[in-house]
Amino acid sequence: MSLISSTHSLSRYTIEGQFDGSTMEGVREGLIQNAIPKIESEYDEIIAGWTPIESPYNPDFEGFSFLFGTYFVFSLRIDKKSIPAKLVHKQMAIEIEKKKKDTGRDMISKNEKSEIKEMVMDILMHKIPSIPNLYDVLWDYENKQLFLFSTQKAANELFETLFFKSFNHKPIRIFPYTLVEKLGRFSADQKDRILALSPLTFKQ
Amino acid sequence: MLDIATAYNKYSFLGNEFLTWLWYLIETDQDITSLINAKDPIRLDIGNSLVLENNLGDKSKERITIKGDQAGLEEGTTALKKGAWVTDINLLCTIGEDEFKFSIKGESFNLTGLKPPAMDTSASTDEIEGMVIEKTYLILKIVEVIDTLFLKYMDKRSSDDWKTKEFQAIKTWIHS
Repeated sequence: MSLISSTHSLSRYTIEGQFDGSTMEGVREGLIQNAIPKIESEYDEIIAGWTPIESPYNPDFEGFSFLFGTYFVFSLRIDKKSIPAKLVHKQMAIEIEKKKKDTGRDMISKNEKSEIKEMVMDILMHKIPSIPNLYDVLWDYENKQLFLFSTQKAANELFETLFFKSFNHKPIRIFPYTLVEKLGRFSADQKDRILALSPLTFKQ
Repeated sequence: MLDIATAYNKYSFLGNEFLTWLWYLIETDQDITSLINAKDPIRLDIGNSLVLENNLGDKSKERITIKGDQAGLEEGTTALKKGAWVTDINLLCTIGEDEFKFSIKGESFNLTGLKPPAMDTSASTDEIEGMVIEKTYLILKIVEVIDTLFLKYMDKRSSDDWKTKEFQAIKTWIHS
């Protein structure tokens, strides 16, 4: 549980949207419907879904809480299959040799090589287990802000897509521009002046 | 509102300028508590790393990284004189009695290596809720300080007297 570890890396979001009915039910439904599947898919290279922070490998939102005080807290789990290039290389070499022996030829065509690669990748993808990665999510619903405990681009992108799909709320990354636009209390005139600024130089 | 990806690139310089301004505030011993009207006393110090970048004009960039607890920052000020900006800085921030250590990136405001004050993590499952709430409180506290400082910088940067006051003061510090 990275949220209670001693060191964190985090990216920030402001959240736009509103549930039609109860917020609690909206969040619960979104989490349950988009929880990470309990049974690992044999063929998917990557799967992402929600899981309770206290139960990362059993996505049971009925048995574990996602409400801590006034905050919604849960984890994004990304299961990814990574096939080492050297393993693909080895299996390719074995299959190519087999093909040559079966056909009695010294060479095989480019197309045949592609077919062999596809077959090797299919077999390895089926055999290799996914590696799970967990990223905690802290959603301060009242203040429309959210923290994702990751600064990895791929995790952020998957999070943004899954979050919107789950809750129909739009997560907007907080960085200099969005901080001015969303969190600053500037007059329209002052905002215009800020957005018209150009980089300074301190060279003499 | 602008397209997010466009805005990210177009205004990343504001984040880098902000980090450079923070360094100026620290080096010239400015009173950060009164600057942002904070309730608790706030102190900022440079931590153990500082990264600067300088556009060389031909789409290439010069990057200067200073690392280490006792590292001298002279190379950094020399880079500023040549037109570089701070793009990543490790900071120590004390808010009241709470000490936070973290690195912040100018373009994204991502926080890495954030160490809030230590808490007892040996608690039972029943106490997890308390720990989560306490950790959240601490994270919100440091984020609020960063946001308030950035918005203060934006306020100053867009003011009429920026060029004659703060800008000149920063220039004087860099070239002193």
